[in-house]
Amino acid sequence: MTATPTPTPAGTPESDKPDEPAPDEIARTADSADTARKIDERLVQRSLLSRLLGRPELGAVVGAIAVFVFFSFAADSFLRASSLSTVLYASSTLGIMAVPVALLMIGGEFDLSTGVMVTTSSLVSSMFSYQMTANVWVGIGVSLLVTLGIGFFNGYMLVRTRLPSFIITLGTFLMLTGLNLGLTKLISGTVSTKGIADMEGFESARALFASEFTVGSAQIQVTVVWWLALVAVATWLLLRTRAGNWIFAVGGGQHTARAVGVPVARTKIGLYLGVALGAWISGQHLLFNYDVVQSGEGVGNELIYIAAAVIGGCLLTGGYGSAVGAAVGALIFGMTSKGIVYAQWEPDWFKFFLGAMLLVATLLNAWIRKRAEANR
Amino acid sequence: MAVALTSAALLAAGCSSSGGKGSEEKSDGAGGGKGVNTPRMTIAMVSHSGEGDTFWDIVQSGAKDAARKDNVQFDYSHDDEAGRQAQLVQSAIDKKVDGLVVTLAKPDAMKGVLKKAKKAGIPVITINSGAEFASEVGALAHIGQDEAIAGEAVGEELNKRDRKKALCVIHEQGNVSLEERCAGAKKSFDGEMSTLNVDGTNMPDVQSSVEAKLQSDSDIDSVLTLGAPFAATSAKAKDKAGSKAEVDTFDLNAQVVKGLKEKTFGFAVDQQPYLQGYEAIDALWLHSYNANELGGGKPVLTGPQIVTEKDVPRLEKYTERGTR
Repeated sequence: MTATPTPTPAGTPESDKPDEPAPDEIARTADSADTARKIDERLVQRSLLSRLLGRPELGAVVGAIAVFVFFSFAADSFLRASSLSTVLYASSTLGIMAVPVALLMIGGEFDLSTGVMVTTSSLVSSMFSYQMTANVWVGIGVSLLVTLGIGFFNGYMLVRTRLPSFIITLGTFLMLTGLNLGLTKLISGTVSTKGIADMEGFESARALFASEFTVGSAQIQVTVVWWLALVAVATWLLLRTRAGNWIFAVGGGQHTARAVGVPVARTKIGLYLGVALGAWISGQHLLFNYDVVQSGEGVGNELIYIAAAVIGGCLLTGGYGSAVGAAVGALIFGMTSKGIVYAQWEPDWFKFFLGAMLLVATLLNAWIRKRAEANR
Repeated sequence: MAVALTSAALLAAGCSSSGGKGSEEKSDGAGGGKGVNTPRMTIAMVSHSGEGDTFWDIVQSGAKDAARKDNVQFDYSHDDEAGRQAQLVQSAIDKKVDGLVVTLAKPDAMKGVLKKAKKAGIPVITINSGAEFASEVGALAHIGQDEAIAGEAVGEELNKRDRKKALCVIHEQGNVSLEERCAGAKKSFDGEMSTLNVDGTNMPDVQSSVEAKLQSDSDIDSVLTLGAPFAATSAKAKDKAGSKAEVDTFDLNAQVVKGLKEKTFGFAVDQQPYLQGYEAIDALWLHSYNANELGGGKPVLTGPQIVTEKDVPRLEKYTERGTR
């Protein structure tokens, strides 16, 4: 509240507008602010506004609103219920991975294998069910174990070798890309899996991973529910549990964290398991939405997940960020990539527009955060 | 009673009584019997394919079947980066193979190394795209599809089906042959055709982008995808967007054939990749055995063949085994 009343030239009738504070009122406000500053700063009851300003996701939320308003004007069909549900679907398929990836980044590590891990997860599920002629739920279970195993491998290699996670997961990324293709061809004979839509359990699994339901006039995909549930769980974990404190601590500085008794190895492995869980959910969605899985899919998505987390306020250096922010980052990405289509811009320039919009959203985010921190 | 018991037992064991490998029929592949007894020769194929492409898989199975019949040792390698593809050709020359099958998607990068093959006396057959460069690099023959001609065939088929506004979905931005397909279709199509770039390695993105496009323009009455895997995804997007558009596609796979049968798709354009692999190997064998030359200096076209619901009964089992 630093706004000064506009100086009005004396003698004009506007000078006695009722909504302008009288000079002595301003003095009183300034007085009370002074007394507040004299109390120990840790005990100050911060107002709701200033608490909101201190949240890592604030910049992303403002960015998301800006993108939303922009496309509401730039694209006629953007505001329809059906269009918004398409945007939500696109955002949710990213967001399911962006949330655990954000947690991992708060914990100070990267995972480059996430994109292809999603594909691995769906391939394992599909091929196990098909080859064993098993109920698809058996495949889903096996896939969960295998995917968690890959996550554990990443985490365990990291804490044992102490190599940068960038290198370890780059290795996993390349190995999984090769395995996806090699094993699929070895087992199915072609580069895509065989259809499993006629197998037992497919319908119930589809209901869980790839169905849709109606809200008002909009068809909402079940992935949106998975996305929101993951955000809720991750937020609770980060802000309300001891594990959440550990995650922030290992991301802030693992030696200090270890010195004060944080189980660094367990926390990091746990974070990689979280990412694997996200990959499993996304992978099952791929399988039960499209029935057939292409083994070459997923390459390049890992960077989009990381981008969503960073747009959402996670620092690349770790120790700072939020799950809600990552979800909003995914929403910005979804709105931008679909908004460009709704706006019917020249398709050849799509990637350029996408990149430019994301850069602007992120800059806005960083600028707002800086302002918020300065005002604290 | 017995049925109930069996199914209960199956359920307990976590088995599926429908679908899966258990319901597969034994298929008869080509080349099961004895082939010719000409001296063993080695033929290398070097393509510009990326990782895990269904199309090249079918080309390979054609080549392998021909190789088995013709007593040929068949070596396949591929790289989607032009410079590395040229290196692969070079290493085949170093191995002194008896014949080379090369794709010309990036002709400029291949000219130099194919000159070396000619100097080494290795006969070359070019396949797939790049027909106009085949004689320039001294190829014995070119076996493939002309993308522009295939595109035009699609445009005419769309006219025949009385379509007014079409959408061409490009799943790999900047790929020359994909652009040529769209351009060809646009040329012969009487209606209006727009394009959409999607990220082919991210299926949910393909779906939501096509969905968004159809929602933003409800006049679109046909969607043309340029690769088989994207047809099913586009059909899904069409349903979600509540559009009445017909989905048509380039290339075949088991899912597309099934979709043609169920009338999810209007038609598919097949360029018969199996034929490209098979004929290339066989033509090189004929050249060495009988000094034959195919095509009379003109490209031998393996497509386009328009496939509709009527052709499905014949094709179904072939796509299932991965040769169509």
